[in-house]
Amino acid sequence: MTAVVSAQNLGLTFKTNDGDVVALSDVNLTIDKGEFVSFIGPSGCGKTTFLRTIADLEQPTSGTLTINGQSPENARKDRAYGYVFQAPALYPWRTIEKNIALPLEIMGHSKSQQAERVKRTMDLVNLSGFEKKYPWQLSGGMQQRASIARALAFDADLLLMDEPFGALDEIVRDHLNSELLKLWDRTKKTICFVTHSIPEAVFLSTKIVVMSPRPGRVTDIIESNLPRERPLDIRETPEFLAIAARVRDGLRAGHSYDEDHI
Amino acid sequence: MSQLQFFLALVAGGLSAAAFALSVVTPFEQGLLLKAFLALGFMSLIRFFLPLGLWADAALALLGAVALLTTIGAFGPTPAFFWMALVGAWLFSWLFVERLSKALAPRLSDNAGLGLLIPMVFGMALLVIWEVVTRGANVPPVLLPAPSMIGAQLANSAPILWADFVQTFIKSVLPGYAIGCLSGLVVAILVDRSPFLKAGLLPIGNFMSALPIIGIAPIMVMWFGFDWQSKAAVVVAMTFFPMLVNTVAGLNASSAIERDLMATYAADYWQTLMKLRLPAAGPFIFNALKINSTLALIGAIVAEFFGTPIVGMGFRISTGVGRLAIDLVWAEIAVAAVAGSAFYGVIALIERGVTFWHPSVRGGRA
Ligand SMILES: Nc1ncnc2c1ncn2[C@@H]1O[C@H](COP(=O)(O)OP(=O)(O)O)[C@@H](O)[C@H]1O
Ligand SMILES: [Mg+2]
Repeated sequence: MTAVVSAQNLGLTFKTNDGDVVALSDVNLTIDKGEFVSFIGPSGCGKTTFLRTIADLEQPTSGTLTINGQSPENARKDRAYGYVFQAPALYPWRTIEKNIALPLEIMGHSKSQQAERVKRTMDLVNLSGFEKKYPWQLSGGMQQRASIARALAFDADLLLMDEPFGALDEIVRDHLNSELLKLWDRTKKTICFVTHSIPEAVFLSTKIVVMSPRPGRVTDIIESNLPRERPLDIRETPEFLAIAARVRDGLRAGHSYDEDHI
Repeated sequence: MSQLQFFLALVAGGLSAAAFALSVVTPFEQGLLLKAFLALGFMSLIRFFLPLGLWADAALALLGAVALLTTIGAFGPTPAFFWMALVGAWLFSWLFVERLSKALAPRLSDNAGLGLLIPMVFGMALLVIWEVVTRGANVPPVLLPAPSMIGAQLANSAPILWADFVQTFIKSVLPGYAIGCLSGLVVAILVDRSPFLKAGLLPIGNFMSALPIIGIAPIMVMWFGFDWQSKAAVVVAMTFFPMLVNTVAGLNASSAIERDLMATYAADYWQTLMKLRLPAAGPFIFNALKINSTLALIGAIVAEFFGTPIVGMGFRISTGVGRLAIDLVWAEIAVAAVAGSAFYGVIALIERGVTFWHPSVRGGRA
């Protein structure tokens, strides 16, 4: 079985007018099918860049990266992944259902198939009844759920999510986290999930990748032994707290490195 | 009552009172209606003790307008109180519009029809003042004919005006506009694909749009003959570049994240163009369509100054001035103004329908 994502000595340096920015340096990571991997770290540590590199939206400057055993470009052309951006990026001239149907239109699904999938994914993210609304008529949380539905609509096996719940309040966030876990459990998708929040990372993940900035790199990879079935109150158990403590230590280690340099 | 309303009410009432006092020296039966208006205007000062509805001001303004229009010339040489009555009636209509817009303000945003009421009142007041001043002060019609004369000319020369309208608007403006805008759009899409063309054509575009039509019109007449074809060509030349420049800018209006989304679907160039970049360019394209609607009419009219068959709005205006047929010139100007506004209005309406999603149209949150 080939890994879904496999990075070896991956590096990415942005050339800017004020010199080079090392966004990723020497990243080694393997993600297997069905894993839920969270990326956590302070801003600027390259989480978004790593996700965008997987998605073939940025090109690595060193090392190798394969997705399902192929180059990121071929994986993208195979429509191997669905991407949820940090902002909903819904097209304002399309209704919610038309936004969700957008990838299906592009991928040439029939009208009846489009209608069926739009309905199914809208149910999945609890947006039924808002089909004919425009994005700007919906709250931020609903817009982000629509963008998740759009990424789910064409049923790619890999889901890349860049701080999808970053702008939402905690109540909505808890709810969406539970929903996302259920969805992951049911669909057996592989999920890469960027977050700022330690509890969110521990609650969701089978693997937590701790990153630190300047240069962006992986400082720790923590395998979680929590059960797949996770009620919200699992967050008070000793196992949960132990993993959270390890993540916090990893972040602090990265941070002290940071302070040496400033 | 706001400070402005207080001031308007005081001056309008006071002026009516003073004019009424002055008018008493004339024989009683002369200009009765005007005197009635002045008396009522005087009485409107009662509002400082007893509130008067805004429709009272509407009625006063209307009565004033009718009284002024019917008593022009009734007093021989126009007396001072007549002009005071004109100012008074104007102040009453101003006061009415002021109070009306205050009263309507909460409902204006969701009712476009109400929004038209105020400019209509304003326009009517302007016409009345124009009529009364030109006739009351015996302004020579060569300088400025009264609206009633222009109206009569509009009715009398309807066949001529219609023929001119067909020649200039239907035959020159519309085809020229359609060809110019469409080719501007198509070339913009081609230019957008090629950095070389973009670097080469856009500066030329800016240079061309700076060329005066006085320069290109005679050349087009030499190339395409005297009839409407050369006018349409001028319109094409005038509308092409605004559309080109706007569309090129509009095609870059989509955000990076919106384009990345298309990349994640492995969408091809045409899918990205049709489903993202053209819709996002909509507001820019409509901006060009609106600019061009006025440019096209101006271009066609001015181009007719440089050689034309004996029909067309520009032809009529240039020969009318020469023959001192000024009221026909004004009638032609009125037709051009109405046609131009209607053209612009139709495009603006379509714009509201097509780019309803843009924050500037829905007027809401981004
Ligand atoms: N397109 C770009 N050009 C130049 N520098 C960039 C670009 N994108 C990101 N960076 C830089 O790369 C680093 C990592 O950014 P990013 O991946 O967005 O971090 P994170 O998502 O973890 O906050 C930052 O220092 C950022 O300024
Ligand atoms: Mg980020």
